[in-house]
Amino acid sequence: MTTQPENGPEAETNSGSTSASGTSVANTSVSGALLEMRGITKRFPGVLANDSVSFDVQGGEVHTLLGENGAGKSTLMKILFGMYSADAGEVLLEGRPVDVSSPSAAIEAGIGMIHQHFMLVPTLTVTENVALGLPHGVRPDLDVVRSRVGELSEQYGLAVDPDVYVWQLAVGERQRVEILKALYREIRLLVLDEPTAVLTPQEVDDFFVTLRALADDGRGLIFISHKLHEVMALSDRITVLRDGRVVGSTTPGETDRQELAEMMVGRQVKLASVQRQPADSSGESNPADLDYDARPANDARLVVTALDVAGDRDGVPPAVRGLSLEVAPGEILGVAGVSGNGQRELAEAIAGLRRPLTGSITLDGFELVGASPQRIRRSGLSFVPEERMRDGAIGDFSVSENLMLVDHGEPAHAVRGWLKLGALNKRAVDLVDRYQIKTPDVSTPTSSLSGGNIQKMIMARELSSGPSVLLAAQPTRGVDVGAAEYIHERLLAQRDEGTAVIVISEDLDEVLALADRIMVMFEGRVVGTVHRDRCTVEQLGLMMAGG
Amino acid sequence: MVRLQVFQGERVSSTAVRSAAIPVVAVLLALLVGAAMILALGANPLDGYRALFIGAFGSRSALADSAVRAMPLLLVAVGICVAFRAKVINIGGEGQIIAGAILSTVVALSVGDLPAVLLIPLVLIMGMVGGGIWGAIPGAMKAYLGVNEILSTIMLNIVAVQIMNYLLRDPLIDPKEIEQGTRIPQTERLPETADLPILLEGTRLHLGVVVAVVAAVAGWAFLWRTTIGFRVRAVGHSPHAARYAGMSVPRMTMLALSLSGALCGLAGAALVFGSQSHRLITDGSAAGFTGSAGFNGIVAALFGGLHPLWAIPSSFLFGGLLVGANAMQRAIQIPSALVVALNGLVVVFVIASNRIRDNLRKRVVDG
Ligand SMILES: Nc1ncnc2c1ncn2[C@@H]1O[C@H](COP(=O)(O)OP(=O)(O)OP(=O)(O)O)[C@@H](O)[C@H]1O
Ligand SMILES: [Mg+2]
Repeated sequence: MTTQPENGPEAETNSGSTSASGTSVANTSVSGALLEMRGITKRFPGVLANDSVSFDVQGGEVHTLLGENGAGKSTLMKILFGMYSADAGEVLLEGRPVDVSSPSAAIEAGIGMIHQHFMLVPTLTVTENVALGLPHGVRPDLDVVRSRVGELSEQYGLAVDPDVYVWQLAVGERQRVEILKALYREIRLLVLDEPTAVLTPQEVDDFFVTLRALADDGRGLIFISHKLHEVMALSDRITVLRDGRVVGSTTPGETDRQELAEMMVGRQVKLASVQRQPADSSGESNPADLDYDARPANDARLVVTALDVAGDRDGVPPAVRGLSLEVAPGEILGVAGVSGNGQRELAEAIAGLRRPLTGSITLDGFELVGASPQRIRRSGLSFVPEERMRDGAIGDFSVSENLMLVDHGEPAHAVRGWLKLGALNKRAVDLVDRYQIKTPDVSTPTSSLSGGNIQKMIMARELSSGPSVLLAAQPTRGVDVGAAEYIHERLLAQRDEGTAVIVISEDLDEVLALADRIMVMFEGRVVGTVHRDRCTVEQLGLMMAGG
Repeated sequence: MVRLQVFQGERVSSTAVRSAAIPVVAVLLALLVGAAMILALGANPLDGYRALFIGAFGSRSALADSAVRAMPLLLVAVGICVAFRAKVINIGGEGQIIAGAILSTVVALSVGDLPAVLLIPLVLIMGMVGGGIWGAIPGAMKAYLGVNEILSTIMLNIVAVQIMNYLLRDPLIDPKEIEQGTRIPQTERLPETADLPILLEGTRLHLGVVVAVVAAVAGWAFLWRTTIGFRVRAVGHSPHAARYAGMSVPRMTMLALSLSGALCGLAGAALVFGSQSHRLITDGSAAGFTGSAGFNGIVAALFGGLHPLWAIPSSFLFGGLLVGANAMQRAIQIPSALVVALNGLVVVFVIASNRIRDNLRKRVVDG
């Protein structure tokens, strides 16, 4: 994954030169560009989200947009896709100005967009979803659609059964359906806003092969990701946005992760994942010596015993099967594994949101199975859900209201049922500051925050509620490098304060950076639990595959 | 339900500056269409509107009458706001008003003459209890059995009227009505110490109006200043996120509908003890007693953007329209029912202009 693709000569000549300081001259020769956005400006109340941004994409290239949370990437793409109208600037497709006033106009013009939140109808089949909304009321012949979907998925390696219902699909498969939908409409330009945030590392590899094939057929691709190694691996060109402005363009050949990170934040940074590289892959430890049943050093606080939890689908084995685990105060248990192997169901069972079939979950000896989510929260569990938009935050609530969602009833925040709004507001301002949540102020509706900032807000809330057990699913998904670093620091600090922490993550680097012990799940069972210092990446990889 | 859903997407917070122009324009447009209707009926709309305006707001006593007419609308409107914040649509205002009226009447009749300082609070509280129970039933049915509250509250309206009719024809009927054989379904005169005192000499303005305004402020404070109100709003906005945050969705749903019912029940008690006859009387229909406040209150709430404080001027306006309509009828012989059509038109225009404003904002400011 660290291979750096050579840039096509076309991309090379058009990318402009990048100076050492990371700034570059704006492109002057973009003739023949598939897409050109010129001087795009977009102002929201209190925020200049895009400040005369110019951006272009050639046919056949993958152009990455990089930037911190709230830098204005999604805004720029939503303008391109007709979801927002720009205050100033113009959009040209193949040199001709186009008026993308709505998403349907954008699709008509040949622009497709894969959103982070999929826009599929779960109760329809894959074929029906593709057929849905095809232009101008012609009732599509489903057989024709099905065979075309089959062709496309074969051609680009987008494996998915056209007759299965969308609700039955895993996240990665749903994403493929979204792409098939766009391809079916013969788009020439495809926008992918953080598509890899929901994919496992294995899926990402296949996904990149597909994206490359799409570009090789002459399409232009715009890619957004916070994972710098992905950006380095996939991009032909990289444009960095900071505070709504273009700070420079470069290519993977001319730069490295360090420099990209500095361009994003505009100052010197230390990349943690570079220095705090985890387990020695030198192979000094022998798999035979590895303790596959590593126990916590102290007495456990949260004990899960012989847990069976049903998944969403009927007629299949339970999502979690005979699972046992222990977490002690002052340690982080990392739960690794390819997603869809029961992690979500396990988390929901612990939080009281999903009733286990059998087994027991105790917190300081108190049985949690059968207790309501409020009881479980009150007994000291904090929970960062995986689906942050649906479960973690209320879009219509202000930032400060979301920050008090969990602990507004505490004595420090309410007297006899009356909220201490002054104190709550002050704390909200403080959290926004500490977690660098980018928002005009704490009374801003949360729905207008950028994706990564919403995640930061949820983490701020859950970490500040003083939990005795913290269960965090994908704690840094969608969060930029700097913020991820801060969240990791906070998780480690929480551990040092004596909290029992469980981190569920698909990102092996993250698990290795945080966990004291690592539990690997496969098909709902525990493959093994190992000490972080005594295992190698290879061994973990093997375990994640079920070995 | 189209109306109510239009508002769901709108953020009406206590701090948000509402565009004041919209309701004004909506009222003017409604009056314009109303004028066309009056013209079509062969009368002079200007004369009609002058009579309406003077009848509603033209004198001290007219203002007092409008306020009295607005009182039940306001209480119901605040109840609608509370329920709506939990995403519960309470169409049961009529039934809850009646339930509150019945319980407070029964209690007043049975405790006899206590001093006013005790009896008035007692009957008002009993009104809230009665209405609260009538709201809690559909609340529990929705929260724990998933029964649609729109259907159950409408059904309970019918049940409440029938109970009232039965009680007033038999157990609660004024004994004199039986002696004299007139059998008008009404109670005897209720204890005088329970009469809601008149606040302005020479008008009909009574304590109930103040109670309603206090209730509106309390409703606002509940929703935006208390922990439980916060949870009610959280549950209304996103049951998922509320559950994840450790709130009980069913409990908040039931609570919101109970409180909504209690406010309507309070209106019922205030209607009985603030009435001219100081009795509970039925003509067999719900509207005969409630004046359709259970429905008109919904209109007032919608016009006020489902915000308890905005419901105060909004209710006063609709109260005034209802009072003025009678004056208009006398002046130009146009059925006062025209005002019902005016009410409807106002709501249609408010909702349409909210739509237009949202679309404008989408183009100009954001998405
Ligand atoms: N609908 C909106 N209303 C108000 N402000 C908005 C809206 N959408 C975005 N913003 C603001 O514009 C800025 C840019 O947001 P945008 O979503 O484009 O960031 P982003 O670069 O995609 O960040 P992330 O990496 O977190 O997804 C942010 O400060 C955000 O709060
Ligand atoms: Mg974004």
